[in-house]
Amino acid sequence: MKKTENERLVVDPITRIEGHLRIEAEMDGNTIKRAYSSGTSVRGIELILQGRDPRDAWAFAQRICGVCTLVHGMASVRSVENTIKKAWLSNAKLGVKAGSPAMTSMPKGPMRHGMKGHKGRASTAKTPDKMDIEIPQNAQLIRNIMIATQYVHDHVMHFYHLHALDWVDVVSALDADPVKTARLAGTLSAYPRSSPGYFKDMKAKVKRLVESGQLGIFSNAYWGHPGYKLPAEVNLMALAHYLDALEWQRDVVKVHTIFGGKNPHPNFVVGGVPSPINLDASTGINTQRLVQLQDAISQMKMFVDEVYFPDILAIGGYYKDWSLRGEGLGNFLTYGDLPMTSMDEPDSFLFPRGAILGRDLKTIYDVDLDEPSEIQEFVSSSWYRYKDGNKNGLHPFEGETKLEYTGPTPPYKHLDTQAEYSWLKSPRWKGHAMEVGPLARVLMMYAKKNAMAEEIVDSSLSLLKLKEGALFSTLGRTLARAVETKIVVNQLQIWYDALLDNIAKGNTTTFNPLYFDPQNWPINGQGVGVMEAPRGALGHWMVMHNGSISNYQCVVPTTWNAGPRDPDLKAGAYESALQDKHTLYDPDQPLEILRTLHSFDPCLACAVHVLDAQGEERLRVKVR
Amino acid sequence: MTKTTLNEQLQRSGISRRTFLKFCATTASLLALPQCAVAEIAQALGSASRPTVIWLPFQECTGCTESILRSHAPTLESLIFDHVSLDYQHTIMAAAGDQAEEARRTAIKNNKGKYLLLVDGSVPMGNPGYSTISGISNVDMLRESAAHAAGVIAIGTCASFGGIPKANPNPTGAVSVADIITDKPIVNISGCPPLPIAITAVLAYYLTFNRFPDLDHLNRPLAFFGETIHDRCYRRPFYEKRMFAKSFDDEGAKNGWCLFELGCKGPETFNACATVKWNQGTSFPIESGHPCLGCSEPDFWDKGSFYQPLFPWQKYKAKPGKGQQKHKGS
Repeated sequence: MKKTENERLVVDPITRIEGHLRIEAEMDGNTIKRAYSSGTSVRGIELILQGRDPRDAWAFAQRICGVCTLVHGMASVRSVENTIKKAWLSNAKLGVKAGSPAMTSMPKGPMRHGMKGHKGRASTAKTPDKMDIEIPQNAQLIRNIMIATQYVHDHVMHFYHLHALDWVDVVSALDADPVKTARLAGTLSAYPRSSPGYFKDMKAKVKRLVESGQLGIFSNAYWGHPGYKLPAEVNLMALAHYLDALEWQRDVVKVHTIFGGKNPHPNFVVGGVPSPINLDASTGINTQRLVQLQDAISQMKMFVDEVYFPDILAIGGYYKDWSLRGEGLGNFLTYGDLPMTSMDEPDSFLFPRGAILGRDLKTIYDVDLDEPSEIQEFVSSSWYRYKDGNKNGLHPFEGETKLEYTGPTPPYKHLDTQAEYSWLKSPRWKGHAMEVGPLARVLMMYAKKNAMAEEIVDSSLSLLKLKEGALFSTLGRTLARAVETKIVVNQLQIWYDALLDNIAKGNTTTFNPLYFDPQNWPINGQGVGVMEAPRGALGHWMVMHNGSISNYQCVVPTTWNAGPRDPDLKAGAYESALQDKHTLYDPDQPLEILRTLHSFDPCLACAVHVLDAQGEERLRVKVR
Repeated sequence: MTKTTLNEQLQRSGISRRTFLKFCATTASLLALPQCAVAEIAQALGSASRPTVIWLPFQECTGCTESILRSHAPTLESLIFDHVSLDYQHTIMAAAGDQAEEARRTAIKNNKGKYLLLVDGSVPMGNPGYSTISGISNVDMLRESAAHAAGVIAIGTCASFGGIPKANPNPTGAVSVADIITDKPIVNISGCPPLPIAITAVLAYYLTFNRFPDLDHLNRPLAFFGETIHDRCYRRPFYEKRMFAKSFDDEGAKNGWCLFELGCKGPETFNACATVKWNQGTSFPIESGHPCLGCSEPDFWDKGSFYQPLFPWQKYKAKPGKGQQKHKGS
């Protein structure tokens, strides 16, 4: 059905994502002229964090998201450690270099020592020796292993359970020949399940579901849409892997359970990791646990190498036209992550830090997380109000936000996209809208000549008969996610081996108590904890006052990608990508929109958490 | 297309009667039901077309959905392909936008009085614009979807008690499902997130007996919330011997001593983590070295630091164990 000139297309809810996302699009016939991305739900977790014990912050922050369930806990722990460490180092230099960034919010002079600190205790904080303030190597390795597990788990599930149904037609699988399917699967990989009997069972399962008349989660979808291009056999194979991946993810996620006690929402601790290593104990990390870990790591590698990656290339081959659209900004940002040594040494990161502008991979810009003019958030299109007006952006250390819903009263049909239209802010780097996520990271590794990235990217592109420019697209984003999964799953084994090596040498330390006892802390300071979450660059900026959190700001991947227009009316990454050559076959079946949005892997609960308050709210003290 | 019964489906799918009965037996034992209930469960699941389930997401983080995706027994796939028809679930449903909303409305219209409504996330009452789906406020969508439901299951601490959005200072005026819906049977399956087996067992119970299981004073199923973590903790003997870890990675921690002094909330937390454990019985927070946060209790976010001991351990008196009456009085 054709849309009339300037008729507006609304897709809400966008499903198979995390959280609440709405897209409104101004159409020119069946082509998207202008797209507007709106986050439609707010909770206010940052305001809830104010006044809390910094050691507790990870648990609150972690509840920002239960899909990328590890990342906010991790970023939070890092922000507290960075705050404490910076303040220690500043204290050590005091008199030499007063007024350094970490000290800006600290009271002057003698008040610092002897004033009432955490929970009313006098702070006896002395600056520890530099050697004593590192996070133990084992804790660093365990964190890397947990983060890498999150990547592999999240990316595989994203592809099969959130993205695949944009490319795979469930009903078409009924026409597949199981013998041919097995033959096809056998040419792609050595996955042991690829037998005719296996695919026959799978086909029977789909048939039963369809014939029951109750399609459940598959009902009312776009089956039969001409945008689906896969042969029946590929559809059947992919559907089988959809179910296999459900089974696989339950098992490999046990890495989080072993170190963190459960998944979703594993546990962390400021100063290290909560799980002790004692090979001779019946609890904690013992020999039995190490065997389970190795088993899970091997299972992860098998599934990525034999199922996920081959499927991406096989399915991608039928959708090469999607390498020509959905690019969007061409600007990319990474904070970097997965350190070999510590978070203070970006040169040791597997994922480098940097910015790319206008597709130019020859120039990588440095990114300074503390510099007020670099990372800023704008609210000119958001339901918030800045004290000094909504024209200027604010760096997260100075971030302020007041909820002010100015949208239409529900139930509504349309948002006023000429005014404010989202609960997301608009983050910008030096004024530029940036894309974050797997494509940004792969481009950064590729530009910095990471050998594995070069090899996997080049061989994939050559297999698909595509050029480097194809990466800047919907298909490129989905391919990049698989490329980095392959890199990370290889690295996982290396970190695990390094952990074993340490244990063999008698090094079993997993925790630095200096970071945990508030008596050791300087009582004021500020810091930032960053990580590369599966969906992109994530930063938690924290200000500590009198041993409690006085300001907490998260700038998260989906805020970068899904944020609305800024004061210059520059569109965000989703909006730009949807405006890049999207002609819908049938606007009532928005399959094309889902493909491009899902290529970003939206995570809206992450993006809309922002509710910070300054002034009186900032001084609110919780009843403990 | 004709509707087939579960039993027929299972037999056609090569799932033997024996395997099927085994699942029924597992469910029965988890819910502490007598052995004769196995046959009853089997009969109920074997004679119905799949009952409709609608899952509404409000102020949530999707952790509760992720939790049920980790369910081992039954698996999510067997649950939704063999036992229920999950007609609306944002995270995994194929349809989006208008087609998704149509699926919800059709499911309600065709199953009036018969479908189960599952909800995760709290409901913001501060402003209807704080959380909307398809332009509809959460509170309106909840009322509209609950009106014809047979019963409502609040999944997770946010839907059960308000959870983290309701934590001080509750910026959006978040409330629980039971604060809005007062004329329907409601089960609260709390936890941040809840144990997946608690969710699937309550579903199985309902499908079998057409009613909800026995509940505690907070409307949580007694089978999972009848005892505290502390009651069933494998480290309890160390508590009794007053052997406590004083810090992470110290001698006590390395030897699996009690985490009470590190702030463990196990003594006041009713949940089944210590018995069924997480991710196919792999571990639970205490076993991995971290104190219990108390995440299945109302307002656990505002009960003081997670690392502050509950009270000087000398003052501890054993809490009453299993049993509804005792629990209600606690």
